[in-house]
Amino acid sequence: MSTKEPILSVRDMRVEFKIKKQNALPWQKPDILRAVKGVSFDLAAGETLGIVGESGCGKSTLARAIIRMIPSQGGEVFWQGRDLMKMNEKELLGIRKEIQMIFQDPLASLNPRLTAGQIIAEPLKTHYPNTSKDEVKKRVRELMEKVGLSGRMINRYPHEFSGGQCQRIGIARALITNPKMIICDEPVSALDVSVQAQVVNLLMDLQKELGLSLLFIAHDLSVVKHISNRIMVLEFGDIAELGEAHEVINNPQSPYTRELINAVPIPDPIAERKRIAERRALEASA
Amino acid sequence: MALLDIQNLRITYDTPDGVVEAVRNVNLTIDKGETLAIVGESGSGKSQTAFATMGLLPHNAQVSGSIKYQGQEIIGLSHEEMNKLRSNEIAMIFQDPMTSLNPYLRISDQMAETLIYNSPDGKRMKKKDAIAECVRMLEAVKIPNAKNRIHLYPHEFSGGMRQRVMIAMSLLCRPKLLIADEPTTALDVTVQARIMDLLVELQEEFHMAIVLITHNLGIVAGSCERTMVMYKGEVMEQGSTVDIFGKPSHPYTQGLLSAVPRLDQDEERLITLDRSFETQLAEG
Repeated sequence: MSTKEPILSVRDMRVEFKIKKQNALPWQKPDILRAVKGVSFDLAAGETLGIVGESGCGKSTLARAIIRMIPSQGGEVFWQGRDLMKMNEKELLGIRKEIQMIFQDPLASLNPRLTAGQIIAEPLKTHYPNTSKDEVKKRVRELMEKVGLSGRMINRYPHEFSGGQCQRIGIARALITNPKMIICDEPVSALDVSVQAQVVNLLMDLQKELGLSLLFIAHDLSVVKHISNRIMVLEFGDIAELGEAHEVINNPQSPYTRELINAVPIPDPIAERKRIAERRALEASA
Repeated sequence: MALLDIQNLRITYDTPDGVVEAVRNVNLTIDKGETLAIVGESGSGKSQTAFATMGLLPHNAQVSGSIKYQGQEIIGLSHEEMNKLRSNEIAMIFQDPMTSLNPYLRISDQMAETLIYNSPDGKRMKKKDAIAECVRMLEAVKIPNAKNRIHLYPHEFSGGMRQRVMIAMSLLCRPKLLIADEPTTALDVTVQARIMDLLVELQEEFHMAIVLITHNLGIVAGSCERTMVMYKGEVMEQGSTVDIFGKPSHPYTQGLLSAVPRLDQDEERLITLDRSFETQLAEG
């Protein structure tokens, strides 16, 4: 891990949602759901921070609040020293080419009416509208090759691709503006294990080659352990644990992390059955 | 006699681009009280095989071969006969607990329906008795405060609780065979562990056979005696789980096993599936 200036520092991030009570009268105050409760962390250049936790723990909400996709109720986000939360729309647009995002559902995150080439070119057209058509085409082809797609597929539509290929299109789209950081929101959880390994390896290769920082959100601890330098465990919007990846996995400090780790099945019948027997004995004695 | 005996199952679809073979030459048998896992990637035909057993294939599917349940041929059964089988003998739980429950009906109504129209002793059950039985079943799948919760709507339950409701519903008529199609894929790992524990426990209690369809090799390792590996509609290999995981003989199984990232091991780089066996398959 590098000891350089962090590229992103998040301080005391808070996100709240108002929920209407059932049968509430119009003048009654709504309940407040505190989805993210004061989370702080730093991300260094070229580093991968894994964020894990059960569904509803605020992983995606945190990521979306950081890039102001959803409003937050407090906190500061410094991107290379500048506070994202105080920026106006125009300044924010300038930053967005440096921070890109990859989404969970590979097919749903691509516009079905656009070809792969048009999808990948879109961020370029938004952020650099003066790029010539030939230049755009050249860049798109370059990136398709880089993520393992053939340049000949440029005119195909999303439904003609498999899930893994769609996720590669999503990665190419995220890379075209030469970002410094990519937020990956469950990028491989919709994919088969065999394809999952390819996409994870691709992300790791690209990171090494381009020096990207990754915020890698997932609920699969084994994938997160594999790709991350550090891991943050979120529990109901709070940080349960934050530390070096192998430390968190091999020597978890919080009971919540331990519970998560114990629930991950091992693909080895003998080891797994022994582990299940141990877990049941533990539960029976408790 | 085996509980379920599938021989030379072949499922094809007529499409504008020609005939598509979804499943070919599948043979499998399940004995009473046994657990069989069917693993494979999406599109490998595992769900198609299950749907054929339940008689749930779409109308344009063409099925050949034989599926015998306790010696009775299932292929070609009339709708009424199939319904009888589905209510009392074979049950199925689906992947997405959100979409497999009717959002407009209270849990009590959709659960009791099964018993009112198909009670195990053949008579129509009174609604009050049916609901009491449903509450007992919800308690068996460990839903706390089942007596009050049975009157809630599906959206008032969490994903894990909804899957428990589905399991309880499928067990109401005491099936001898339970087909679980990716029952934990939509759930968190902690919830997944609890649901799998529950299934194993209920299996012992009700003496049923389970077919577990999944792509998660970890849960297969923990709870299934036998494993069948499918790829592109064909069975690659089947045998005891310990053998298949210990010394997989087919290159596809080897690849699938090595592609899974493991929490208890450190690897520099994930091993990706080597597809060279496909040419071997095509040739021989």
